[in-house]
Amino acid sequence: MSTRSRSDRSPWNWLLVLPIALPLMTFLFNADEPRLFGFPLFYWLQLAFIVVGVGCTALVYRMTK
Amino acid sequence: MNANVTELVVFAALFLAVSVMGFVAARWRRPENIESLHEWGLGGRNFGSWITWFLVGGDLYTAYTFVAVPALVFGAGALGFYALPYTVVVYPLVFLVLARMWSVSHVHGFVTPADFVRARFGSPTLALIIAITGLVATMPYIALQLVGIEAVLKTMGITGHLPIIIAFAILAAYTYQSGLRAPALIAFVKDTLIYIVILVAVIYIPAKLGGWGSVFDAAKAKFDATPAPGDGITLNAGNQLQYVTLAFGSALALFLYPHSLTGVLASKNRGVIKRNMAALPAYSFLLGLIALLGFMAIAAGTKPVVGANGKPDTNTIIPALFDQMFPDWFAGVAYAAVGIGALVPAAIMSIAAANLFTRNIYREYLNRDATDAQEAKVSKIVSLVVKVGAVLCILLLDPQFSIDLQLIGGVIILQTLPSVALGLYTRWFHRGGLIAGWVAGMGAGMWMLYLIPNPANGKQHFGGSAFGLSNLGLDTKMTIYAGFLALAVNLVVAVLGTLAFRAFKVADGEDATAREDYFADEGDPGVKDLDLASSS
Repeated sequence: MSTRSRSDRSPWNWLLVLPIALPLMTFLFNADEPRLFGFPLFYWLQLAFIVVGVGCTALVYRMTK
Repeated sequence: MNANVTELVVFAALFLAVSVMGFVAARWRRPENIESLHEWGLGGRNFGSWITWFLVGGDLYTAYTFVAVPALVFGAGALGFYALPYTVVVYPLVFLVLARMWSVSHVHGFVTPADFVRARFGSPTLALIIAITGLVATMPYIALQLVGIEAVLKTMGITGHLPIIIAFAILAAYTYQSGLRAPALIAFVKDTLIYIVILVAVIYIPAKLGGWGSVFDAAKAKFDATPAPGDGITLNAGNQLQYVTLAFGSALALFLYPHSLTGVLASKNRGVIKRNMAALPAYSFLLGLIALLGFMAIAAGTKPVVGANGKPDTNTIIPALFDQMFPDWFAGVAYAAVGIGALVPAAIMSIAAANLFTRNIYREYLNRDATDAQEAKVSKIVSLVVKVGAVLCILLLDPQFSIDLQLIGGVIILQTLPSVALGLYTRWFHRGGLIAGWVAGMGAGMWMLYLIPNPANGKQHFGGSAFGLSNLGLDTKMTIYAGFLALAVNLVVAVLGTLAFRAFKVADGEDATAREDYFADEGDPGVKDLDLASSS
């Protein structure tokens, strides 16, 4: 592969927007109910966003390797 | 309170064990010659995925974070949980940016963010500004690691400053000898201890307190009973914007800190960085759980240790919780995790600060023809000076001063974003425009921080980072992260300044980098390799 043709552009990169946007939308999670294992929505849903972040980042890495 | 002997013995034993590791680290992955910044300051630029994961994780999630974040949740509730979205957002945000930074640094042998700015914009002045901003932002951060160690020592009943001085003297000695290899090796122990302690804590403590549901209910009851409007286990209309902008602004700032970049540049290729962006959120999960320790402390009725000044020190709330809930020997392990947790980032930060001084002040202004060995020597000595400075900060000044400075540090490091982060993508900005933007952003940031009071401790100025929009004449109770607004001012001025400098045809600097430099990977020649090839 010649160095000249290299680039980090890829449509897959757009997937990175999801884990950046979700945790910043407070209306999605700013509530006590429904609870999960005693955790209010505010806490368990934000913890769940970690999984979204890992999934998206790992997928983009795999697809653009 | 009397010293707890069991806790102290466990703490001291683990602390000594890692100190030995720190000295032995000089022999780990031993280079032929450690006397260059690439070896001493970046561990040979050859760390793989695992080492990088421990090193960067140990660097970003500091002892102070582990102490201060749950303390904030203990005091204010949901707002303190901003640390979680902050550390979820940051990795996808910098995924592509850091790979570019790695590549261009690999090709040109950059060691600091200011090195990059110097080459990209051809401006020693702009590079000096970036270097000084980095130094000023990093210094209080090092001092705060001491606050973390002090919090556990206080809870064990140890008072006085001598233990802190001894701990930092040992740290200074092995950092001097082993460079970045020392924190890289110690990070394995630190992170393993932290993971064990927190996993035990989040299973064992809620079980003793009647389950997670009752932990949250106790917190809710406490916040409902207080008159303060900003607290609660969820956000309210006034602090949602603050929550979002603080999380996003902190995420933008994180990898602008020179010490974060040190760990990144020490990795051996782009793949290592990208894999780590997917794996580092494991630490975010840990941080989220640590934050919730604040609620457990509420449910358990934990009281912070009263400091020498007669006021309760909220930073001791989590150590006090451990003391109350755990058997002595395990509390000792937990304290060692926090104490060792302070050493790793303190070492990396002092190395990063030393590299900034060496590359962007010493070599730029004092000794243009510095050899690799001279650079390493200067960095080693500066890393000692930096640590002495941090200890003096804590001994001579009120620790609150360091906390304020660190708050300011987050705001000012953001002002390097247009030059460092946007600079990786575009050369459109004029160096004069970037300098003007930096000046405006700094001015706006300082002005806003000055106006923020803290009703909790009666401070009139620099009382927090939540800037009331009512200060701008808006009729609202909403607050926003001051750093975020300051960055916006910076960007607007940088754009207008660039247009103005272009219109008046003011000379711009030369760009020493080429497009393909931003995509280079392991095995591609760096500038040094090319030099060797042409001379042989």
